[in-house]
Amino acid sequence: MANFQVNKTFQEINEKIRQGKAVVVTAEEMVGIVRKKGTVKAAREVDVVTTGTFSPMCSSGAFLNIGHTRPGIKAARVWLNGVPTYAGLAAVDCYLGATEPREDDPLNKIYPGEFLYGGGHVLHDLVAGKSVLLRAEAYGTHCYPKKSVEKRITLKKIPYAQLCNPRNAYQNYNCAVNLTDKTVFTYMGTLKPRMGNANYCTSGQLSPLFNDPLYKTIGMGTRIFLGGGPGYVIGPGTQHNPDVERTDRGMPRSSAGTLMVSGNLKLMSPRWVVGVSILGYGCSLAVGLGVPIPVLNEEMAMYTGTGDDEIFTQVIDYGAEYPTGETHSLKEVSYAELKSGSIEIDGKKVKTAPLSSYVRAREIAEILKEWIEKGDFQLGQPQELLPS
Amino acid sequence: MYKRMLVLRFPPEITDKPIIYYLSQEYNLCFNILKATILPGEEGIMVLELSGHQKNVKAGLKYLRSKGVKVKSVAQEIRRNDEVCLMCGACTGICPTNALYVEQDSRQVIFNPEDCKGCELCVAVCPVRAMEIRFSKEKVLI
Repeated sequence: MANFQVNKTFQEINEKIRQGKAVVVTAEEMVGIVRKKGTVKAAREVDVVTTGTFSPMCSSGAFLNIGHTRPGIKAARVWLNGVPTYAGLAAVDCYLGATEPREDDPLNKIYPGEFLYGGGHVLHDLVAGKSVLLRAEAYGTHCYPKKSVEKRITLKKIPYAQLCNPRNAYQNYNCAVNLTDKTVFTYMGTLKPRMGNANYCTSGQLSPLFNDPLYKTIGMGTRIFLGGGPGYVIGPGTQHNPDVERTDRGMPRSSAGTLMVSGNLKLMSPRWVVGVSILGYGCSLAVGLGVPIPVLNEEMAMYTGTGDDEIFTQVIDYGAEYPTGETHSLKEVSYAELKSGSIEIDGKKVKTAPLSSYVRAREIAEILKEWIEKGDFQLGQPQELLPS
Repeated sequence: MYKRMLVLRFPPEITDKPIIYYLSQEYNLCFNILKATILPGEEGIMVLELSGHQKNVKAGLKYLRSKGVKVKSVAQEIRRNDEVCLMCGACTGICPTNALYVEQDSRQVIFNPEDCKGCELCVAVCPVRAMEIRFSKEKVLI
């Protein structure tokens, strides 16, 4: 156990929050504070650093209980606005996945497909208070005789809706280019031939897991901003992989940790749960997510004070190489370089474009800061940290 | 669905021939005639919106030209629906004229219509379809 000059506990910080005395800053502000005052002084002064990210996160969805009908139905197949859900659960439970396209979507038959409506869009419509057409089919049982139902539902009317996203807030992600001679349509956006653009997707210094790169404060039970309401980290996300190359500040040089998160959909806002259509790839959901990081000691101050110039990722060819499943890095670049508008690869100046909204990430960090300053939002001490 | 707004000019010697009919019959295109008139010099002018598969639209235009019709595009206007835009920046990578760009300090995604050439690449690339095509119909109908 390292010896720190500053030692704070979750309980002490929460007490300060209750009293309205906690000092809360955003991760963006923390970079300047640490650079000016050093980690020890920053750790003494700042109690909580808020983070934020807002971008498409495909591994998202919600458990819905659609309510019992009269007579009852053991819904075996359920569609919402024509989007199939997974209904292999109890009688009227289902899981609506963000990337599920509407059943009659032409997909990529007319290439590149537009994927105008899918699970993410249904989630947005529900959160926006719109009514959604529910259709269910069943084989009929003695206790649940009804074989089909069609009705309109709203989020308010259904008994239960819990957003439960198996993999969100990826800690770092590839920067994508296309080395081939043809435009390609990928989950990293439209990539023009011969490195016409380089797309990246993170809020960088504002991103939750870049502010606690070795998962020293985040785990099951961490309270978060999720979709505009309160939510929780419920464990490591799928593909959580802590064992990657890191800088001496612990920052992963490629994609690493992920979060599984959950929150009550009924408390969320349509501004932060938005269905998206990725040309030629599919439907998804843009999720607003922010994690408050307690500055327990100077080490946490160092992590939260790390800026975009000290966080790196790898440039990968999504034209020919990525589809094969075997990739190599064309170059390592910092997020400060990516945010400058262009990077240089093999002597060529390549225009960069973000897929993650930095403006909205900043807004999330500010909202979370306000919640904590008002004393409305206490930090959740994790019952178990993420695997590191 | 690919859409083009066009101004067609028919030289006097073909104004009495059925031409538009074949766009639907042979090229599977949908057309909406917004204006059609024959000028005193017997030249015909038509403003129409043509929609269908992009390939068919192109073939249809080729057919029109082969019949001696002069085809001109109507200026299209690209607009951003700011209510819908997420300010992500996905559009900035493909915009050929930098009419869409990320402002350095604020990180806001800016759309400068004056630099826009109306290529429409951003329309389908935008994950929330915030970029909209508006035909300046008023201008052509005068």
